[in-house]
Amino acid sequence: MTGSLWSEVRAALARDRLAITCGAILAVLALAAIAGPSLLDYREDEIDWSHMAAPPFEAAGHWLGTDRLGRDLLVRTLYGLRVSLAIALAATFVSLVIGVAWGAFAGYWRGRTDALMMRFVDVLYALPQVFFVIILTVVFGRGPLTILAAIGAFGWLTMARIVRGQALALRERDFIEAAVVGGAGTARIIARHIVPNLLGPVIVYATLSLPQAILLESFLNFLGIGVQELLASLSNLIADGAAEMETAPWMLAVPATCLMLVVFCINFLGDSLRDALDPRER
Amino acid sequence: MATIAFVLRRLLGAIPTLALVVALSFLLTRLAPGGPFDEEQVLPPEIRANLEAAYGLDQPVHVQFGRYVGGLLRGDFGPSFKFRDFTVGELIADGLPVSLALGAAAVVVALALGIPAGIVAALARGHAADRAMMTIAIAGISIPVFVVAPLLVLVFGIWLGWLPVAGWVPGRPTDLVLPVVALALSPAAFIARLTRGSLLEVLRAPWIRAARARGLPERVVILRHALPAALLPVVSYAGPAAASVLAGSLVVETLFGLPGMGRHLVQGALNRDYTLVMGMVIVYAALMIALNLLADLACAALDPRTRRERPR
Repeated sequence: MTGSLWSEVRAALARDRLAITCGAILAVLALAAIAGPSLLDYREDEIDWSHMAAPPFEAAGHWLGTDRLGRDLLVRTLYGLRVSLAIALAATFVSLVIGVAWGAFAGYWRGRTDALMMRFVDVLYALPQVFFVIILTVVFGRGPLTILAAIGAFGWLTMARIVRGQALALRERDFIEAAVVGGAGTARIIARHIVPNLLGPVIVYATLSLPQAILLESFLNFLGIGVQELLASLSNLIADGAAEMETAPWMLAVPATCLMLVVFCINFLGDSLRDALDPRER
Repeated sequence: MATIAFVLRRLLGAIPTLALVVALSFLLTRLAPGGPFDEEQVLPPEIRANLEAAYGLDQPVHVQFGRYVGGLLRGDFGPSFKFRDFTVGELIADGLPVSLALGAAAVVVALALGIPAGIVAALARGHAADRAMMTIAIAGISIPVFVVAPLLVLVFGIWLGWLPVAGWVPGRPTDLVLPVVALALSPAAFIARLTRGSLLEVLRAPWIRAARARGLPERVVILRHALPAALLPVVSYAGPAAASVLAGSLVVETLFGLPGMGRHLVQGALNRDYTLVMGMVIVYAALMIALNLLADLACAALDPRTRRERPR
């Protein structure tokens, strides 16, 4: 089952040149974010006293220029990308686990339990999420863990709805009946028979919610209620750059381009994945 | 009559949600370690006790909650902890009109940009125009408002000098142009995608084939028969759109120095001004609920089925 899913996805994506390009850009950026900071000549907090606010390509070794304090912008951007990606990936993973488990159990149990569980999701859905995330970060202090929890706390709702709908349909199928007859317990049926069969929509939605997490983290950060300066993510750099854009536009352009490129590529890839997995599009 | 009953039922249904918002935001702020008077220089214990007594913070939590809810029911959001001379109600009354004008204009612009773009893309499905439009739309949802806003300021405010960089003079509409455009871009992109998808779906329906079979001109088929049905998802997106515009207005108001609610909320959050943050969150929640209700009503007006599906 999963084998055919992967080959389908691969075949569909192989036809889509833009999707391949996006995937390649993402791979390069991710590699650069992981390995780049240690390969380049400067550290992210190292101050080059002789090159302050240098434009790109002018000062030796500072390919994308430096900021007001003489810190290398390329290293800082790659480092910020690493922080942003790490938080977003972790938050998406948290919401993926909660959402899939919640939805799969609700759909499998059906009836009153299902109604109760999904009513809970509805209620959380009606809350103004961004504002609650702000309250959470205010209450529990600023920091990557709070942001992670705050994003994860709301991110799973849509995933739960999607998974529940699929699980409801799946549990009527004969192979589930067979598993029940075979004596498999609920947890085993869900883990081995339900979840593997709804990987497609789960992957698509997870891909599409990753940029959401990046943007939400950046948004909080930009407002000054995210992670602190020492652990600068991309949006810290963007906020700094926006303050200096009249005299040093590259300080805004470099991190902003990086953020937009990443979000655009993930969004584009997610769209192509959805089209590839959506039978109506064939 | 049916419409009035529908509105009433939805209004009643909103009460538990609003109550939950109030209870959750109250509990969360009270759970917090530390209080609003922590970050100033350490106060002598007597003064601190007096301050807490003045704001009722020395009472048990359930008494505080009762007082707060009692106040809310009378329209009193309590005093602001940091803006000592103002009540939260006054701060909200100050900022709400600006935020509302900004948000409403942004939603209108987003609809005006997004719907036509979506229609054009759907009609050119698979062609270059469609791909270009949808690539732009993905770019649109990928560019966060806090990048768009500074870029717009840089280009139109500083380089070209056409529009004010920031600020707010009552009666000067040019102040609102850049903030509104910055806020509208991403919902516009989302609306374009929604419109395209649902129009394509609707165009496959049998009644569209019937309309074409009767020999109606394509323009009439699209605009009169297909579009109203295709706009249903767009209309139901009004709630989430409002949420994203309101969230974006936090950034935009801060960046452009507009005296709306968002700026107070961010300041309040940084200052741990709990009553202020709670009051604003409650107002934002009420706004979202009201907008969702309006969206449902508009859906019912566009699609009689939604009304019939909810009998009683």
